[in-house]
Amino acid sequence: MTQTAANIPGTTPFDGAQARKGYALNKMCFSFNSAANRAEFLKDEEAYMTRYGLTDAQREGIRARHVLQLIAAGGNAYYLAKFAGIFGLDMQDIGAQQTGMTKAEFQAKLRAAAH
Amino acid sequence: MAQLIGGVATSHIPAIGGAIHKGLQQEAYWKPFFDGFPPIREWLGRAKPDVVVVFYNDHGLNFFLDKMPTFAVGAAAQYENADEGWGIPTLAPYRGDLDLSWHIINSVTAKDFDLVTCQEMQIDHACTLPLKLLWPESVCPVSIVPVCINTVQFPLPSAKRVYALGKAVGEAVKSWNSDKRVAVLGTGGLSHQLDGERAGFINKEFDLQFLDSMVTNPEWATQFSILELVEKTGTQGVELLMWLAMRAALTTSHSAVRLVHSNYHIPISNTATGVLALETLPAPAAAAAALSSAA
Repeated sequence: MTQTAANIPGTTPFDGAQARKGYALNKMCFSFNSAANRAEFLKDEEAYMTRYGLTDAQREGIRARHVLQLIAAGGNAYYLAKFAGIFGLDMQDIGAQQTGMTKAEFQAKLRAAAH
Repeated sequence: MAQLIGGVATSHIPAIGGAIHKGLQQEAYWKPFFDGFPPIREWLGRAKPDVVVVFYNDHGLNFFLDKMPTFAVGAAAQYENADEGWGIPTLAPYRGDLDLSWHIINSVTAKDFDLVTCQEMQIDHACTLPLKLLWPESVCPVSIVPVCINTVQFPLPSAKRVYALGKAVGEAVKSWNSDKRVAVLGTGGLSHQLDGERAGFINKEFDLQFLDSMVTNPEWATQFSILELVEKTGTQGVELLMWLAMRAALTTSHSAVRLVHSNYHIPISNTATGVLALETLPAPAAAAAALSSAA
């Protein structure tokens, strides 16, 4: 059985189809390992996205800082986290955005899993 | 021959790096996590491993999607940590053990595993933070052999395959012509999911069953496909593959294990955290343990 036939609600396994679609976006996010690249992105986001050849959907998602849009455009969680890191967002900020909760609500949901 | 003294598995969240850096170990949020480690450090202080084989998954520091190996083994004299983009402090380099690296590469390849070998390899928080949790001192007393398993891009290796790899690595360690003492370390998990509308997913019931299986029934989780594991543990919970590799390494020569210590705490960041240490029992004790469990 292949690993691409998933149907887990709210979950997009990063498979070959996602990897093909998201390559430019993920490559840009991978470049954010370097502080110099992060600074350059902040200086001129549009030029930086052009250099990496992002698609329109990917550019939209980056402009909107919208994680679900970026996943739909092929983004991988590990690389997108480097993008979020530029703005000092942590995993609860990102979780809250994706689930439509406030950060406090998302944190309460995590704590509730202990019981 | 080298001695395989036991193994440890632990979660490896980036935020742990920030907490260590800021000295927050005894703060209310962090204490239930960090308190899982002193009993394990005491055991390691007595067991004194010289080398640690680390099963971990890279998060986009050393490997990008341009070249994504399923199994990659380090063969470097030194492994550097570097900026991962999310603001955690970079740790000092770790020493490699070239002899064990190449012995593992040769023996595991002879058992039909197709490895990528890396004479240069940066190690990310998944490798460095667990080492820092186990050896907080400024100069780490152990050298390492990093074994990176792909959990970034599907298809991932199956749990069954990862278990077989771990077992082959354990056999390699035991056939290593050296007087060194070796431990295995698996890092990742337990249940968590960072991405999608299901972000924040945690499955305590599965985690506790998995932790129990580490002691009583090591192959238990190999019954599940990767997608079943994603469903039960979250997209990043699948990192429990590293625990399986570590555990499988300890099953060589039918050696029995003793639970040194384990701890489970929800949540740190978005993750259900776990840590567990197992000591391999010497042959006579292993035989006695087998007899008493048969009786």
